[in-house]
Amino acid sequence: MPALGLEVLFKGINFQRLLLGLWTALSISLISVALSIPLGILMGILMTKKNPILRAVLRVYLDFIRIMPQLVLLFIVFFGTTSAFGWNISGELASVIVFTLWGTAEMGDLVRGALISIPKHQYESSEALGFSSAQTFLYVVLPQTVRRLIPLSINLITRMIKTTSLVLMIGVVEVLKVAQQIIEANRMSSPNAAFGVYLTVFVLYFLACWPISLLARRLEVRWQ
Amino acid sequence: MQMEILAQYFPLFQEAAVLTVKLGLAGIALALLIGVICAAVQHFQVPVLRRIAAIYVEVSRNTPLLVQLFFIYYGLPKIGIPTNPYLCGVVGLAFLGGSYMAEAFRSGLEAVPVIQTESAESLGMNRAQTMRYIIFPQALSVSVPALIANIIFLLKETSVFSAVSIMDLMFTAKDLIGMHYNTTESLFLLVIFYLMILLPVSIAGSILERRLRYAGFGA
Repeated sequence: MPALGLEVLFKGINFQRLLLGLWTALSISLISVALSIPLGILMGILMTKKNPILRAVLRVYLDFIRIMPQLVLLFIVFFGTTSAFGWNISGELASVIVFTLWGTAEMGDLVRGALISIPKHQYESSEALGFSSAQTFLYVVLPQTVRRLIPLSINLITRMIKTTSLVLMIGVVEVLKVAQQIIEANRMSSPNAAFGVYLTVFVLYFLACWPISLLARRLEVRWQ
Repeated sequence: MQMEILAQYFPLFQEAAVLTVKLGLAGIALALLIGVICAAVQHFQVPVLRRIAAIYVEVSRNTPLLVQLFFIYYGLPKIGIPTNPYLCGVVGLAFLGGSYMAEAFRSGLEAVPVIQTESAESLGMNRAQTMRYIIFPQALSVSVPALIANIIFLLKETSVFSAVSIMDLMFTAKDLIGMHYNTTESLFLLVIFYLMILLPVSIAGSILERRLRYAGFGA
């Protein structure tokens, strides 16, 4: 049985460095989610408007963002803006921009779905009760939409966290990069470190996402 | 954007696209197989196996493909499991996709009302017949939208293959950007090629979905 390379983690501050790397990835996803949710709500509301030009523009935006792999979007923003406009943006900023664009599209579609799933008679009934359109939105539509949306947006957070692992590819020092550095630095003393260290990264990601997925599922069942 | 550079790069991207599609299809086929098995095991509540399937689904759904690939490609050889980039890509994609496919099949199976099974039984059908003629066709028609979404998702996920030195579209683009600084041309071709792969799948998917909507019960 060869050594699994777990001992490397307890050398110096290696484990703390891994956690710090994970935090880099997590903070990129949390900032992006925080920006995506309000922007996505706005986009979802705009998507239910009848204006044909607005609709077409939003549709193209949504479809393009959704059909492109997120890594391609990262490349476009990170390498493309440099060559096109001569901007020199950091990997972190490029990631936040891409994940916010992506999150806004996804959230927008969720909001649109939730809004159009409110049956027409809800609007008609509240009108019959003498509600103004602002009141209808605030007291009738909003509470029902939010209930449908919360589990879905929590799911979006786990998807965001999983997707931020891609920032490694544009040179952001996150958990996988730190793992690589630790493995490289200990190549001589523990040649099998790759197994233990990558397994740890795997487990860390699982521990970050799993509770959030569980919460989303529980809310979904309860609010159905 | 320079035309001659586009023409010069085109064959490189074409080759990479073929590789991407091949590996993607292999991974998706395996993922469907794993998905069917896991869904069946969970639906029929096979003891022990169903717990294993449930754990697998949780682990696979809550970790990113990139991390799974790193573990398979760099980690597993250290404990004596040999691997090569292509095999690693396909296995990784199947490991990730299997759980998504399993969930899609399972929600389809769960959507078929019990009365369908009972009616089939009262008509004298045995379990295999009920499954083959009654449950499976209905479950499949419910699962199709999710299955198509998963296929597109998995094709998109192949973009991380470049991390384990598979010369796919991303790898080619990054290589060319690094070597010649023709960023605009490389990114343009990258987007065009991904659109060529993904748009037909997406359009075919929505046509299929529309046709299948009539196959459902009572809807």
